[in-house]
Amino acid sequence: MPSAHTLKLAAIGTLAGVFSGLFGVGGGTVIVPLLIFWFGYGERLATGTSLGAIVLIGLLGAVAQGGIYGNVHVGTGLLLSIPAVLGVVIGTAIQQRIPQRAVSLLFAALLVAVAAELIVR
Amino acid sequence: MDELLAALIAVAGGLAGGLVGVGGGVLFVPALTIFLGLTQVQGESTSLLMIVIVALVGAYRQNAYGNLNLRDAAVIGVLSPLGVLIGVVVSNEVPQRALELSFAALVLFIAYGLVRRALSQDG
Repeated sequence: MPSAHTLKLAAIGTLAGVFSGLFGVGGGTVIVPLLIFWFGYGERLATGTSLGAIVLIGLLGAVAQGGIYGNVHVGTGLLLSIPAVLGVVIGTAIQQRIPQRAVSLLFAALLVAVAAELIVR
Repeated sequence: MDELLAALIAVAGGLAGGLVGVGGGVLFVPALTIFLGLTQVQGESTSLLMIVIVALVGAYRQNAYGNLNLRDAAVIGVLSPLGVLIGVVVSNEVPQRALELSFAALVLFIAYGLVRRALSQDG
């Protein structure tokens, strides 16, 4: 019998998948707040662990889209990843230097933007 | 000019990933479709490749800072495809507009919870 901890993680993974299947939004929107609310993770640990999970989620999606449907433009994706990687290195560095609650407030702002986009869609 | 704008949006997507732990696809998709001429399906698929690279580098950096629980990340990641399947089935059974509005309400509720929690704690 898996532990309660593992069951809650399984629920987070499944929910993240449900929402990305429904709306095409990344799993991070769901993973980060649930790690904070259900496990009492600090914001930094929640966002770091979310990125780790997203590697797997994205990999499965990219392999399905690229391998099965051939929709992935590899060259364009790799080129545009260069500035994106620059952004994520800077973003994680900044995150270590701001209060954790500032991360929560930024995340809340992002969620409001996601909600607005869904409503006007 | 379009390439420059696409690159700037990609930087912003990466920044969002580093700061709040999301993949950045919300920004990568428009960068690919509006500025680089990919179709919506191509843009969404190609953004997945970018998300994997960005999340990998981000997770690597966060691990160096001591902010990655690899075991928890692996359990969440491995189980998500089951959820994707459920999501796709549900989206074919329930009106899309109802789903969008429900999800909008849910994320606003989560945002409220995060703000309330952030304002009630020290630091």
